[in-house]
Amino acid sequence: MDMNAYLSMFIDESNDHLQALNENLLRLENSPDDLTIVQDIFRSAHTLKGMSATMGFEDLAHLTHEMENVLDLVRNGKLSMDSFIFDTLFKGLDALESMVKDIVGGGTGKLDVTELVGQLKKIVSGEHTAGAEAAASAAPQAQPSGEAVLDQYQYSVLQQSIGTGHRVYRTIVTIRKDCVLKSARAYMVFNVLEQAGEVVKSQPSVQDIEQEKFDNSFTVFLISQWTADDLKKQIAGISEIEAVEVTELDAEALNALSRPSQPSEPERKADKPQAAGPAGQAGQGEKRPPAAGGAVAKTIRVDIERLDVLMNLFSELLIDRVRLEQLASEIRSAELTETVEHMSRISADLQNIVLKLRMVPVETVFNRFPRMVRDLAKSLNKKVDLVITGAETELDRTVIDEIGDPLVHLLRNSVDHGIEPADKRLEAGKPETGTVHLRAFHSGNNVFIEIEDDGGGIRRDKVLATAVKRGIITEEQGKAMTDEEVYMLIFAPGFSTAEQVSDISGRGVGLDVVRSKINSLGGSVTVRSELGKGTVFSIQLPLTLSIISAMLLKLGSEKYAIPLSSIMETTIIKRSQIHNIHGNAMIEFRGAIIPVVSLAELVDSPDYDDKREEECEAIIIRKGDKWAAVLVDDFIGQSDIVLKPLGKYLSGYSVISGATILGDGQVALIIDPNAMIR
Amino acid sequence: MGEELKVIVFALAGEQYGIEVDKVRTIERMMPITRVPKTPAFVKGVINLRGVVIPVIDLRGRFGLPETEATDTSRIIIVQVNDLEVGFIVDAANDVIDIDSDRIDSPPEVVGGIKAKYLRGVARLDDDRLLIMLNLVEVLNKEEIIQLEQFEV
Repeated sequence: MDMNAYLSMFIDESNDHLQALNENLLRLENSPDDLTIVQDIFRSAHTLKGMSATMGFEDLAHLTHEMENVLDLVRNGKLSMDSFIFDTLFKGLDALESMVKDIVGGGTGKLDVTELVGQLKKIVSGEHTAGAEAAASAAPQAQPSGEAVLDQYQYSVLQQSIGTGHRVYRTIVTIRKDCVLKSARAYMVFNVLEQAGEVVKSQPSVQDIEQEKFDNSFTVFLISQWTADDLKKQIAGISEIEAVEVTELDAEALNALSRPSQPSEPERKADKPQAAGPAGQAGQGEKRPPAAGGAVAKTIRVDIERLDVLMNLFSELLIDRVRLEQLASEIRSAELTETVEHMSRISADLQNIVLKLRMVPVETVFNRFPRMVRDLAKSLNKKVDLVITGAETELDRTVIDEIGDPLVHLLRNSVDHGIEPADKRLEAGKPETGTVHLRAFHSGNNVFIEIEDDGGGIRRDKVLATAVKRGIITEEQGKAMTDEEVYMLIFAPGFSTAEQVSDISGRGVGLDVVRSKINSLGGSVTVRSELGKGTVFSIQLPLTLSIISAMLLKLGSEKYAIPLSSIMETTIIKRSQIHNIHGNAMIEFRGAIIPVVSLAELVDSPDYDDKREEECEAIIIRKGDKWAAVLVDDFIGQSDIVLKPLGKYLSGYSVISGATILGDGQVALIIDPNAMIR
Repeated sequence: MGEELKVIVFALAGEQYGIEVDKVRTIERMMPITRVPKTPAFVKGVINLRGVVIPVIDLRGRFGLPETEATDTSRIIIVQVNDLEVGFIVDAANDVIDIDSDRIDSPPEVVGGIKAKYLRGVARLDDDRLLIMLNLVEVLNKEEIIQLEQFEV
């Protein structure tokens, strides 16, 4: 069969596994003794190896195989992680990533991995450190044998359980030969087993069983309160199971199954049970998520293009819905109105679902940052902790695709310019390790992403001096500016405060690119800073880009829409309330003086002029902490509208941010609220 | 004998023009156009073409010819060049013909008041009619529009 059919699946899954490897390695670096993480890493590496070998990517498989060997030693307690091993594994990951990238780009995924493989082999043979003789002697035994034997960790867990009065079973399940979906049956068996207690070990591994990489039987070690008979009955109750063999194990039987302990082992044995033991069985459950049940998530992969098509079709439907609503209100037939109302409700639900389909957790962007910050901090010789919160916050896919680069930029900025070198931090009485918080959260119709560092903060005088030097502002202008306005200067084109142009973030193209990108997504970015305490960059993004709530309004013969998200309220303004201050029309509104903007002037309306009106409808709009009153002719009402681009030919005209199609088939333009507040 | 070209023929200010068929998506009757503010005068606005918003320009205005009111025969020709999709308002669109690419001569300096750079050439037809072939890439060149704008300001 044509391998190309599987290529995209291979790429998707490889990326998933690489990401998992990356995350887990980072986790492991923080708690090197946690063997459950090693298990996870091992599983990912193992699957990756299998997949790439099947697809014929030999270098990929080869390198993964060597990494797996190292991991195998680690998970069996034959080798303890040190920084050399971590670095080598990370390098291996980088190589894997570049190979997968090459494959994505249509290449063959070939890469010279001999050096890395050599290093990994050295680790396996224990040559990388002088004092690793024990590991060296252990290496030959590390190859997994066919028999279902327990490693030291599993052995001690089981032994502890017997000690605390639980029963330990070895269960051998045989599935009928003619069973079509062996893995599904196995999954059902695991379900039963997990109800019964805690699965400690399975042979072959759960991963292999899920992928049907087993013959007809598998062996499971289980801690349970059930009796052997109950267990047997429950499992035999599942269809297509040929035989179940349940043996209760006592301490002696366990001993026989575990390998003879090695000289260096007693120490390990002594502290491992302590870690696992007191937590007891319940604690175990949390620590080791039920592998079979947890890993089988009920999701499907859908081509993003199909979702786009769905979205487009739905927006057509939405336009017709609005049209129908209009017709129904004109015709005034009770039956028609009822049907249309029902349809409206359904389509509102449908809209929610369609929009949700396009929502992706920001995690998909965030998950590459821990690694990036780690590498960055290492290369800058700084100590930085990245704390991520709210990674589950969801954003529209279009935004997700675009937000990565600006975030990379801001994070680099925080690590490079924000966090001070360790010695300076100690001098300032701060902890040696700097912290960068990356937060995402919902607020109203917006999602906020904040990047906060506890570094030196922005120095007003320095920013001003640079801005004056670069000709962005004059010295007089600078003196009159508030701190916030000064900080915003760092987003001005051609601004870079780093004294040293570093490889990392001082390229001078810097933050203005970040701001324009975020603006193009309909968002905004602000910065708060306190000298000596740190800096917070706050990015505000719209929840979705494709359907928005908007206020439709009339201006003479023309219709316009303004996004509801920027409208604070509507009001009526009398001509006499408008004052002229320094040539600017202003009104007093809730105790503040805010500018008055004539929409008719802004769009050069051919047949409406608010100057002729004694009383004007107005909407109060807000952008950040700036307000303005916009004079309009009449309100039509609030409506969900589908955003349509104006077409490339007309891009770059700033007053209009897009268009939408109204129920009558006419195009209405969407006013960019940013154009009204300056 | 050169390559055979299929060409849509349309009329503009008394001249016959041609656009290659593969550049034309569809030809529409006049329909309501929504004005877009702060655009050059020849940009008439945007239309809703079966759910897609498409900008429309008046070719007369684009070439600096006097603009006239739309008539019954006026059409909007939707063309697609590279990733740009734009509608042209023309006086009439009435024919599809085959021409031999060998019979397209390079254009003289000015034809019918239109600068040569907007033209791909002039084709001589069998009945001795002249057909002016447009260079769509230049007609839709945005850089030049921006320059024009700056001159006007």
